[in-house]
Amino acid sequence: MRQVLFGALFGLLSGLAIAVAALFGVWWERKVSGRIQMRFGPTQAGPAGLLQTVADTVKLVLKEDVTPAAADRPIFKAAPLLVFAPVALSLLLIPFATGFAPLDSGVGMLLFLAVPSVAVLGVLLGGWSSANTFATIGGLRGAAQMVSYEVPRTLSLLSLVVVAGSLRPTVVMGAWHWWWLPLFAVGFVIYLISSIAEMNRGPFDLPEAESELVAGYFSDYTGIRWAIFMMSEYGAMLAASMFGAAMFLGGTNGLPGVLGALFLLLKAIVIATVIIWVRWTFPRFRQDQLMAFAWKVLTPLALVQLLVAGAVAIWL
Amino acid sequence: MAIEIESRTSLSDESGRGFDELVVNIGPSHPSTHGVCRVIAHLEGEVVVKAEPVIGYLHRGIEKMCENRTYMQIMPLTDRLDYVGSMYANWAYCRALERLADIEVPERAEYIRVIVCELQRIASHMMGVGASGADTGAATAFIYAFEVRERVIELFEELCGARLTYNYVRPGGVSVDLPEGWIERCRAVVQWAPDRLRELDDLFFGNFIAAGRMKGIGVLSAEDAIAWGASGPVARGSGVSFDLRKDDPYSVYPRLDFDIPVGENGDSFDRSRIRLMESIESCGIIEQALEQIEPGPVKASGIPRLIRPRSGDAYDHIESARGSLGVYLVSDGSPRPYRMKVRSPAFCNLQLLSKLAVGHTVSDLVVVLGSLDPVFGEVDR
Repeated sequence: MRQVLFGALFGLLSGLAIAVAALFGVWWERKVSGRIQMRFGPTQAGPAGLLQTVADTVKLVLKEDVTPAAADRPIFKAAPLLVFAPVALSLLLIPFATGFAPLDSGVGMLLFLAVPSVAVLGVLLGGWSSANTFATIGGLRGAAQMVSYEVPRTLSLLSLVVVAGSLRPTVVMGAWHWWWLPLFAVGFVIYLISSIAEMNRGPFDLPEAESELVAGYFSDYTGIRWAIFMMSEYGAMLAASMFGAAMFLGGTNGLPGVLGALFLLLKAIVIATVIIWVRWTFPRFRQDQLMAFAWKVLTPLALVQLLVAGAVAIWL
Repeated sequence: MAIEIESRTSLSDESGRGFDELVVNIGPSHPSTHGVCRVIAHLEGEVVVKAEPVIGYLHRGIEKMCENRTYMQIMPLTDRLDYVGSMYANWAYCRALERLADIEVPERAEYIRVIVCELQRIASHMMGVGASGADTGAATAFIYAFEVRERVIELFEELCGARLTYNYVRPGGVSVDLPEGWIERCRAVVQWAPDRLRELDDLFFGNFIAAGRMKGIGVLSAEDAIAWGASGPVARGSGVSFDLRKDDPYSVYPRLDFDIPVGENGDSFDRSRIRLMESIESCGIIEQALEQIEPGPVKASGIPRLIRPRSGDAYDHIESARGSLGVYLVSDGSPRPYRMKVRSPAFCNLQLLSKLAVGHTVSDLVVVLGSLDPVFGEVDR
């Protein structure tokens, strides 16, 4: 009973965290992309346009929730939650402060990689149940892409596990030394790239490529359900940047409590900014190039990184 | 790059449609069809087996409308042909009419026409290049291109009050003389633009993803380009150095020194990049023209309000941003043309889509369509 209560509490908290991350993330993305494109981004609502996303959210919630006539109703309605829930769950595994993670699991690294994979189902089902050719293609693309990029992502995190000797994220974060930076530089880049692909953001946003597939697997979604897809994307961005900062960049660096948490957050924002920067600079890959990049470039590189990490682990 | 599909088409029912064929209706309302084109794409997986452009969604019957209007009343209609490059249709129509009615155009007017049409080329090509960027997901390349376009459009706005449908080039000259200080402002823009364009070249065409997306996609051989009647950047991308400014020189172009950029591979990359190269070249043309232009009248005197050309016909063509734009006028001596026909380069170039997209994926279909840069006002007329 206590566990259920705790679970519900943490679920609520991580849902809230994602909502805040999405609110801030959308604003930050619009500001950064505005600067990249010689614009200002939002300026009108609130100081520096901070309340713009709040206004947008209100608009989205008030919009009509349309279900296409030909759609498979229950699946269509459940799909956004199937994408959202794994992202919310994966947030629990992040070591937010020194020696603390909401769910301090002994197999945390594995869980962090495995749980978001469930989101593939949401993407696939969302695309399929819309009964729309664009959505179907988007869903299939999404499934292929997310499954493929799991591999280099897993391998890049695995090399950390080999050196740290533990699957517990808090332990891995505690084991960080400055020489991890040069040692895992390649691994970090691989992690970053495959994380971007995992969350379907540019240049890997093929499942929702607006110039080809209108909006891909969520073409037919409106209002709050569309917002849930959007929030999941920013939630995934939050999770990937936080976890990347915690694992590869030293996380809290042993700073106690809130101070450490803020330090971690700062690093995460830097990573998120890089993710935004990449999105607004690069064109989009094509499906076959995307797959070739995952299997022919990232995976071998990640394997080499793993080998190097293994050699270092033996030498230590 | 094209994927072999012949072996699979044996699997088909009586109608000839493959069993695992998916028909996707792209457009007429779709983010990347550049207007109101509809493409019926037959897919096997993601590979296009057949792509059929369906046109006519913007058909207004402009050619027929012309038969019921006086020659001057036709002017605003020509604006609405190629709405990304209105100056060209203005000019092509005026040239045909001037030929038919034996109107002499003052030299200053010819220079102004060249200047505005080269500015129009920059504005129109920036739309084309920017759209190529948007099609491949490079939103920032689109904005960079549009910054240059915006500067040019501002010049037009100052010149004739309109940003899109200018109605500026008129029979016998242009509607009004250049405003005070316009030459300096125009010179400032064309001196600033080349650096900006090269930056865009680095940002977009220099990017390995963009190159990977567009190189080897929709390859058009030089022979095919000629056989299908392609012109403009589409033909030049395939290595066919055909440009009316050089090959059938008109106006004051013979007095200006410029090059015609020509591609090598005939793929989407070359077609798109040539537009950028041409824009840089246009900046040089405008600078020379601004040097050479001299004061004088901007409109031939004694043109009646109701032009009654002799009976007969006249054809004239100019190099628009999309290729050879021709206007054919038939007159029966009345104040209204008996027939007006537009030879639209966008229409001729668009038919290549069904040939170029086959064997590529849906993503490439969009890239190929973007590299043909059709404007549907001109395709449907």
